[in-house]
Amino acid sequence: MNWISDWALPKIQTLFGAKKEVPDNLWHKCPACEQMIFHRDLERALHVCPHCGHHMRIGAMQRLKYTLDEGFQRIELPKMPQDPLRFRDQRRYLDRLKEAQSRLQMDDAVLVAHGTIEGRRAVVAAFEFAFLGGSMGAGVGEALVTAAKLAVLQDAPLIVFTASGGARMQEGAISLMQMPRTVIATRMVKEAGLPYIVVLCDPTTGGVTASFAMLGDIHIAEPGALIGFAGARVIEQTVREKLPEGFQRAEYLLRHGILDMVVKRSEMRATLARLIGLLREPERAVAEGEAGSAAAPRMALPAPENGGDAAKPPASPAA
Amino acid sequence: MRHFLDFEKPIAELEGKIEELRRTTDAGGIDVAEEIGRLRDKAQALLRSTYAKLTPWQKTLVARHPDRPHASAYIAALIEEFTPLAGDRAFADDAAVIGGLGRFRGRAVLVLGTEKGHDTESRVRHNFGMARPEGYRKARRLIELAGRFGLPILSFVDTAGAFPGIEAEARGQAEAIARSIEACLEAPVPFVATIIGEGGSGGAIALAAADRILMLEHAVYSVISPEGCASILWRDAAHAAQAAEALKLTAEDLRRLNLVDAVVPEPLGGAHRDPAAAIAAVGRQIAELLEPLLALDGATLRARRREKFLEMGRSGVV
Ligand SMILES: [Zn+2]
Repeated sequence: MNWISDWALPKIQTLFGAKKEVPDNLWHKCPACEQMIFHRDLERALHVCPHCGHHMRIGAMQRLKYTLDEGFQRIELPKMPQDPLRFRDQRRYLDRLKEAQSRLQMDDAVLVAHGTIEGRRAVVAAFEFAFLGGSMGAGVGEALVTAAKLAVLQDAPLIVFTASGGARMQEGAISLMQMPRTVIATRMVKEAGLPYIVVLCDPTTGGVTASFAMLGDIHIAEPGALIGFAGARVIEQTVREKLPEGFQRAEYLLRHGILDMVVKRSEMRATLARLIGLLREPERAVAEGEAGSAAAPRMALPAPENGGDAAKPPASPAA
Repeated sequence: MRHFLDFEKPIAELEGKIEELRRTTDAGGIDVAEEIGRLRDKAQALLRSTYAKLTPWQKTLVARHPDRPHASAYIAALIEEFTPLAGDRAFADDAAVIGGLGRFRGRAVLVLGTEKGHDTESRVRHNFGMARPEGYRKARRLIELAGRFGLPILSFVDTAGAFPGIEAEARGQAEAIARSIEACLEAPVPFVATIIGEGGSGGAIALAAADRILMLEHAVYSVISPEGCASILWRDAAHAAQAAEALKLTAEDLRRLNLVDAVVPEPLGGAHRDPAAAIAAVGRQIAELLEPLLALDGATLRARRREKFLEMGRSGVV
């Protein structure tokens, strides 16, 4: 794939380009190819390197902005007990937590919003990797349960953008229990007949991968994203073998049948909108029917010989 | 030969002395018998005081004790007509997960367990209790089988965790665990899980998202091993004892956090000193917890199981 041609953006380095002294934060160094990128070019390219196509990690808020149409609404998430174990390693967990909260202006590592994607309604949950490595404790688990409930309430698909090192050790077995808790969240969405789409971003590992993140109706990943269960170092120490090229990268998972597709950030919105449109075709047909249209809902299945039944919209899920 | 843990050294020394004296009993007479009795009382007292205040790290070592009864021992003692079932129907049979049909107290059930093995040959065969994706897919298959035929599920969990391997990742280790958790939560039948030794992270919860969760007195249940936690947060695995303390991984901790339903007391000096008694106690506790579940229909069980897990961690108990 030729990333450069995809990202050959018009270079309009007029004023700033000529300046000799530029504040550091105006220039970014690509962690993959180490080329310098002007911040405005980087913004325009959705934080994908215009030189090599490397998809840089982005924050949860940025993710929501890149995904949802303007005017989306963030929802407030329930407060969970902070530091239930009074955990302390070299620092107190509570201090780490408070520091992350004030630095990132969020309560925990996930943001949830509802809005539209190219006009189609959706609930989106996005992980913030900068918040304690996007680790999953009770707050994150509860955010996902809340997002699922919201999706059901709004009859909207749930899309989760993951970026997480796994369980939050500092919450001990409570963080382990977020695995079943978030699996329950996925069941709520599926039982309501709603699409549940997972977008795996760099990196997604451990207990997050081994729970809700691997139970999507559709699995998408960003190019090059590291996705796996066990950490590379642990695997190397256990099997004492060199890891294969591209191991646990999105393209590797695609080859091994774990993903449906690897999608560039620039095409993510359009892809999600198209998927929602296709998966929710029966729903639209129902809506048309309710609006008084005489036309039978367009169903994918042929009508059975005895007529009638198959033309009914899918039964609404039991409460 | 009994395997003694480091902190059991004083007990080991006493028991060694008793053994030595016993060998000379024929030559001795009344004095030696008295001495043996005295030493035995002393050893018992020491065992009692040692095991009454095990640190979380010491409990981790007891939970991993090589002589501790493993899942297969529980199945052998508690399940009649045990009929092992094998395979994930896709790739392989993973012996790290054992399971099959059988009877518990006369009632047909499905049993599942993670098995560590008891000697070199069986440890290798069971991959030291660390399952690959096929193990979790087998678990899921058996859980679904139980659901189809209305069989209660009993699981015995004892694993350091899922196997970290190249092939395991390539074949979807994470997906296999996630699906197994899902199968546990969806099962329309009563489900009692027992953490008998090590409850290691995702590899444990994959078989333990149950209606009732039991834990043995000296078992541990944790999101990461103390060594793993120490090497990340302290940047040195040597801080494992501190990490074990911080992780709150003992049965007592888990009960206080309301993450398990009951703690089964172990024989004096741990389950490995009297496996039969330990297993019998677990059997009684399972029977007691299973009984009221048998009256509930599938939908009720599932709804309550969900509610149980959703409630976990919501109230801040310390
Ligand atoms: Zn680059």
